[in-house]
Amino acid sequence: MSEKNKDQEIGLVETKYYNAPAGEKFVLESGASFFDLKIAYETYGELNDERSNAVLVCHALSGDAHAAGYHKDEKKPGWWHEMIGPGKAFDTDRFFVICSNVIGGCKGSSGPNSIDPSKGTPYGLSFPIVSIKDMVAAQKKLIDSFGIKKLLAVAGGSMGGMQALQWTVSYPENVVCCIPIATSYKHSAQQIAFDEVARQAIMADPAWNEGDYYGRAHPSAGLSVARMIGHVTYMSDKSMEKKFGRALKKKELGYGFTSEFEVEGYLRYRGDNFVKRFDANSYLYLTKAMDYFDMEKGKDFKHIFKGVVSRFLVIAFSSDWLYLPAKSKDIVKALKLNGIDVTYCEITSDYGHDAFLLKTPEETKLIKHFLSNAMKKIKK
Amino acid sequence: MVSRLKEELRLDHAVIGEMINAGSKVLDVGCGDGDLLEYLVINKETLASGVEISEDAIYSCVEKGLSVSHGDIDSGLKEYPDETFDYVIFNQTMQQVHRPKEAINEALRIGKRVIIGFPNFCHIKARFQIFFGGHVPVTSSLPYSWHDTPNLHFLSIKDFRRFCREQKITIEKSVFLSSNRIVKFLPNNFALNAIFQISKK
Repeated sequence: MSEKNKDQEIGLVETKYYNAPAGEKFVLESGASFFDLKIAYETYGELNDERSNAVLVCHALSGDAHAAGYHKDEKKPGWWHEMIGPGKAFDTDRFFVICSNVIGGCKGSSGPNSIDPSKGTPYGLSFPIVSIKDMVAAQKKLIDSFGIKKLLAVAGGSMGGMQALQWTVSYPENVVCCIPIATSYKHSAQQIAFDEVARQAIMADPAWNEGDYYGRAHPSAGLSVARMIGHVTYMSDKSMEKKFGRALKKKELGYGFTSEFEVEGYLRYRGDNFVKRFDANSYLYLTKAMDYFDMEKGKDFKHIFKGVVSRFLVIAFSSDWLYLPAKSKDIVKALKLNGIDVTYCEITSDYGHDAFLLKTPEETKLIKHFLSNAMKKIKK
Repeated sequence: MVSRLKEELRLDHAVIGEMINAGSKVLDVGCGDGDLLEYLVINKETLASGVEISEDAIYSCVEKGLSVSHGDIDSGLKEYPDETFDYVIFNQTMQQVHRPKEAINEALRIGKRVIIGFPNFCHIKARFQIFFGGHVPVTSSLPYSWHDTPNLHFLSIKDFRRFCREQKITIEKSVFLSSNRIVKFLPNNFALNAIFQISKK
């Protein structure tokens, strides 16, 4: 990557909050509901007079509303800072970029660690199970609050890609373009299996206490292991070999069970850091939502995108074995069966699933031009 | 989209452009950097799509505002329903497809008409090189050496006509080209490239 001019990037930003009107019930797909819907969000760039330049960015499992820029006293910027900013893939000189924390999350939006207004204590497991469709319905409320009738684009990777796909089906009249990256239209048995192992790690931690741990010791050991599993699935064999190989932290083997290999140290470090910023119950809720996600449920494959009118840019990464390129090709196939305008690119990469956060120059090439052309077509 | 008309217009692009009705829905199979599709969008207001195997070429196409699918030709056509397109174009790509008969039949399924452009293997220069030179021909339309070529199949205009007869494919139009003009006299001898418009009628 070339040298960046610090003036050309997003600087200090603040997370804001949407609060539903008092007493308004938010009803979920399951029929359950909760009050006091709260959504944490950030915006970058300016909304134009026609309100036609809004782009919604959806985060993945461990993400949040802080997609770009810096919070006060923070050294690291938002999770997609390389992609959002002046002249970047999501060009804030031209577009109004919005990112919000999903419901069921733990970074400011309603979720298991939010306070239940009827009790004054955190919901814990009494928070209802949410689906990807519910996450999108909540985001719609936020978008409506800006007076935006039609989003220029919805984009996201992994769980964010699922939300992007769901937007086009839930609100076909309200989305011009969709950019699903490294995702699938339903979770496979293997993906459910990995999520279940992670959930079992959390639930097997004695401190988890059926989700009732707020104000006491949190199930950090369990959540740390869940995160380690995640990290292994996000890297490829090649990238792990390149990054760690069989390197040892010390010169010789210790013949014990401390972390001796570099890769072990890395996983422990990442696990330990994750628990400082993420809620264990939220991990259960979000992985559940992803496992429930199935756009083919109750339909034929060819009807998945029936009635959808958005234009699509579908992106996959060659070494991503968690969300295989074949899954993106299935999305493309389902779109083509409905005569939908779709562009598909498989970006060559050794990074595995992590590539959607790392192969930003290639993603930028595609997304920047795609959005630019989409904007031109609207203006015609 | 910025108008990107080249100063020297490729003759085959112009010929294909003439064959296509304005406002048609077109699929360019093996579309490369998207030059032909861009030409058709600008000059014939086509609704354009492409299939292309090279990642770098996909970036060029997206930059031009084209809808393209990254993948190989042999499997890429199966995804489309019948008669999705008014025209399916194979311009200088059919000789690189693994199974041309299947690809052409699939193209005729998904397109009302198919336009195929290919180099003529039995051009007089090629015949001289084999007969007098004793080596596999290298011409301006077949510029590769035997050990470094993407071409899998080699055919003449006569071979293609025979293929269409056998497969009960109707040849609607045909145009034969040398490097800079249309060839009307003995094209199987004197044309470097051929462009056929075919259908299953």
